[in-house]
Amino acid sequence: MRDLLITNARLLDPASGLDAPGALLVSGGRIASLKGAPAEGAEVLDAAGAILCPGLVDMRAALGEPGAEHRETIASAAQAAAAGGITTLAVLPDTNPALDDPALVEFMIRRGEATGSLTLLPYAAATKGCAGKELSEYGLLREAGAVAFTDGTRAIAAARTMRLALSYARGFGAMVVQHPEEPSLAGQGAATEGELATRLGLPGLPAAAEAIMVARDIALARLTGGHVHFAHVSTAAALDLIRAAKDEGLRVTCDTAPPYFDLNETAIGDFRTYAKLSPPLRAESDRLAVVAALADGTIDAIASDHQPRDADDKRLPFAQAEAGGAGLATLLGVTLARVHGGDLTLRDALALLTCRPAALLGVEAGRLAEGAPADLCLVAPDRAWQVRDGALPGKAQNSPFDGRALEGRVLATFKAGRRVFG
Amino acid sequence: MSGFSYPILPSGHLLAIEGLEPPHISALLDLAESYALLNRQGKTQRDLLKGRTLINLFFEDSTRTRTSFELAGKRLGADIVNMSVSTSSVNKGETLLDTAATLNAMHTDLLVIRHAQSGAPALLAQKVDAAVINAGDGTHEHPTQALLDALTIRRRKGRLENLVVAICGDVLHSRVARSNIHLLLAMGARVRVVGPPTLMPSECARLGVEVHHDMRAGLDGADVVMMLRLQRERMNSGLVPSPREFFRFYGLDAAKLSHAKPDAIVMHPGPMNRGVEIDSAVADDAARSVIGEQVEMGVAVRMAVLDVLARALRRNA
Repeated sequence: MRDLLITNARLLDPASGLDAPGALLVSGGRIASLKGAPAEGAEVLDAAGAILCPGLVDMRAALGEPGAEHRETIASAAQAAAAGGITTLAVLPDTNPALDDPALVEFMIRRGEATGSLTLLPYAAATKGCAGKELSEYGLLREAGAVAFTDGTRAIAAARTMRLALSYARGFGAMVVQHPEEPSLAGQGAATEGELATRLGLPGLPAAAEAIMVARDIALARLTGGHVHFAHVSTAAALDLIRAAKDEGLRVTCDTAPPYFDLNETAIGDFRTYAKLSPPLRAESDRLAVVAALADGTIDAIASDHQPRDADDKRLPFAQAEAGGAGLATLLGVTLARVHGGDLTLRDALALLTCRPAALLGVEAGRLAEGAPADLCLVAPDRAWQVRDGALPGKAQNSPFDGRALEGRVLATFKAGRRVFG
Repeated sequence: MSGFSYPILPSGHLLAIEGLEPPHISALLDLAESYALLNRQGKTQRDLLKGRTLINLFFEDSTRTRTSFELAGKRLGADIVNMSVSTSSVNKGETLLDTAATLNAMHTDLLVIRHAQSGAPALLAQKVDAAVINAGDGTHEHPTQALLDALTIRRRKGRLENLVVAICGDVLHSRVARSNIHLLLAMGARVRVVGPPTLMPSECARLGVEVHHDMRAGLDGADVVMMLRLQRERMNSGLVPSPREFFRFYGLDAAKLSHAKPDAIVMHPGPMNRGVEIDSAVADDAARSVIGEQVEMGVAVRMAVLDVLARALRRNA
């Protein structure tokens, strides 16, 4: 492969703080130079002033494969990810079959490699079959390449099981990722309990179900010394607990997803099932708390929380419709809306999408450094576009942002120096 | 009937009371009142819906509501088909949209739907050309019930404005309560909801009602006492410990009713659980109970709704 020289770019690397006009040289799939020394025989790409940043590291997505290929295949997810500037994707294990066997973890890694555009980092099931009972083989799964342990969209409900998971994972230096929702309190809730759910006559899911689970698991992290990571945190009460746990020095981290800082519960409007998510969209006060926690560093990463659904999953009465939203193609654009809105600096926003999740996952990705893989994303931060059902890249079209106008678009994505989008 | 203006429903459907403006509600009640008079005189209007197809699509059993719509449609001359779809075969909503496609192909004009899921009529309304009437969806709304309740109250009390209406019992699961709350508040009544906290919807007060957990305080000075049905499965889900405890504290008997105004009327959407939410002596007290009149007004209100929606279809055709 020829060397590639990207010139006239705004080089932005949140890990090092680099933010300067310049050129970047790619050689042998890695970043050869950030100094922009002209290279003989290299292909030259004029970035025309666009931002060149590390390819995004998305630490939470469910894929349709294996088991729900009618919703999405790895190939179609890779297409959506490339269009969204994502070059590294951590995928949930509550598939069918669940990723609770080393062979399945290796299979997923190889399937990622086969896309040529996307590194798949599988989480392994925290419990066998993600059934919440017996721990899976953390050591063997870790050796096979599992980045961490989680039961995906299911909470590890029993306190004893969670204690064992945190304790045992610690021995392998791995974190346990929790879906923070107390299941017996959440019940069959379809929307956050409150005035809107009351008006719509929908079974309510109290917001406290999140804080209860977070409080319990923080206590278990204290007990075990293990590392608990809370996924898609969405309430002020949970964020306050996490902030305090971090101040105490516990190994507690968290991420959130774009719907929780861009939308509130009113998006479910007249039974709009595309806005049915898990956790459900919250009150405006909670959305504001998520924005504040992004700005003050309490939240460690922004993940797409991509959940592919097809029309049959969503064209149902609200309480019967499946929860979950497609999120790969909109991850960057919706995050940049908070930059345009003045809540986050561009550097902090990109850190939440690149080096910070990479550090949590323990992978060499998400930075612009000489010798690092040339996973790159070229972004026009002000270019406007509109999210439209049917026009999103990839198969899954169930975006909760359907109709939203966004500013900030991926112009090109590079995986190991090869252009995979744009 | 001076100043009578023909009512309209702006959406072309009747999916909910929430969102209707007071003039729409008043005009609908006026028209329903005239149908009530015609019904009492035995006069029918068999040409109004002539050639129109009305389908009663019931995913939940309800003999009285279905019969009421059927009678209303027949009195206006519609062709009526009753479709009862057993709940066991329709736990998946695909059937709902499959059914919608079928009904569309049959060129249905008016579609009355009852469904166990909140929002099912709204979903159907997006997919069919017919005017959709919500005959009760999950725990969301039951608009024609609220209209017939309002008409009954208006006939007995002469007005809705400034009346004190106490809605008692299982408010949490009641679509009747939600529709009545929206309608009565829109028309200027004062609404109280009375029941145990486990049967109150979250942030209910934000709808604009006063919340009471004590029947005596809740009924104090009330003009209208509206009882709700307590379904047996609520007992099983642990929201209420036992029927006898519920009856003791929240069942309407003469002693509790004595706190309401002496001329207060007693209402119930039916079917009643005697000895659970209402004492038979109160339910059958002809001086207080207007339960029979509610049923009568039900037919008149549904005639008015069918009439209004069919006229809109004609305009749009």
